[in-house]
Amino acid sequence: MTTTTLTNTRTDSKILPIATVFLAGVMLLLVSGIAQATVLHDAAHDQRHAMAFPCH
Amino acid sequence: MTKHLLTSALFAGVVTGLIAALLQFHFVIPLLLEGELYEAGARIHFPINGSPQSPAEAPDLGADWGRHMMTLTFNLVTYTGYGLMLVALYAFAKTRAISVTPRQGIIWGLAGFFAVQLAPALGLPPELPGTLTPEVLPRQIWWSLTILSTATGLGLIAFGRGFLPLLGIGLLVVPHIIGAPHLNTYWGVAPPELSAHFVTLSLGAALAGWVLLGFFTAYFWNRLDPEQ
Repeated sequence: MTTTTLTNTRTDSKILPIATVFLAGVMLLLVSGIAQATVLHDAAHDQRHAMAFPCH
Repeated sequence: MTKHLLTSALFAGVVTGLIAALLQFHFVIPLLLEGELYEAGARIHFPINGSPQSPAEAPDLGADWGRHMMTLTFNLVTYTGYGLMLVALYAFAKTRAISVTPRQGIIWGLAGFFAVQLAPALGLPPELPGTLTPEVLPRQIWWSLTILSTATGLGLIAFGRGFLPLLGIGLLVVPHIIGAPHLNTYWGVAPPELSAHFVTLSLGAALAGWVLLGFFTAYFWNRLDPEQ
């Protein structure tokens, strides 16, 4: 028989949406600055250089 | 709540991205195009049997509207991305009873510039086209970890208690002790003056962008707050 003791399980209902919004930002930056697919890279080229993303 | 965060970041990202793109078109892109002349061999610095001088003359933007529209578009995407991260941090700060007014947003923007532009640029300076560099993946990893380490360090210095600010200082320094990936030879084809000026102007444009982003994210985040 297992006994599970749940203590301190107050989940802050705001953390999940905050983390989601933060990750949405990260995803946009993966597209505009990181992804190396040729089409994406060429289109974003000047902006990547100007914003000092490590480019090609 | 999610909608409030998304709309604030989007508004701030679009306004900032537009202004940042204008700054880039005036200050940064002409030098980038000048660098491409050396990358393509249309201009050669120190030719073997010629003059040691090169003309210091940036081409104008030309009529390549498709290319420049893409630069504008990706500025909107980039600044909206950073804006989403900033408003998420504001919202997290609020759960810890830390408020962010538009003026304080400027400080957050400055911290963003420090973490995302200046600290990585110490190891990986903004690159003029034609700069030969090591493989992209190790640089991307160092770049990402440096931003993470610097941002965490700044957060600990600003909000940490006890000895945590000292740990924060350590996090600022560690990426530079480890060091960014570098080639063991110099390959530059462009005049060093051009490359240096490209670096300072692109950092300057990014500084203006981050200050504006900090201000506008905090402005819209307060303005559109359904709880106020």
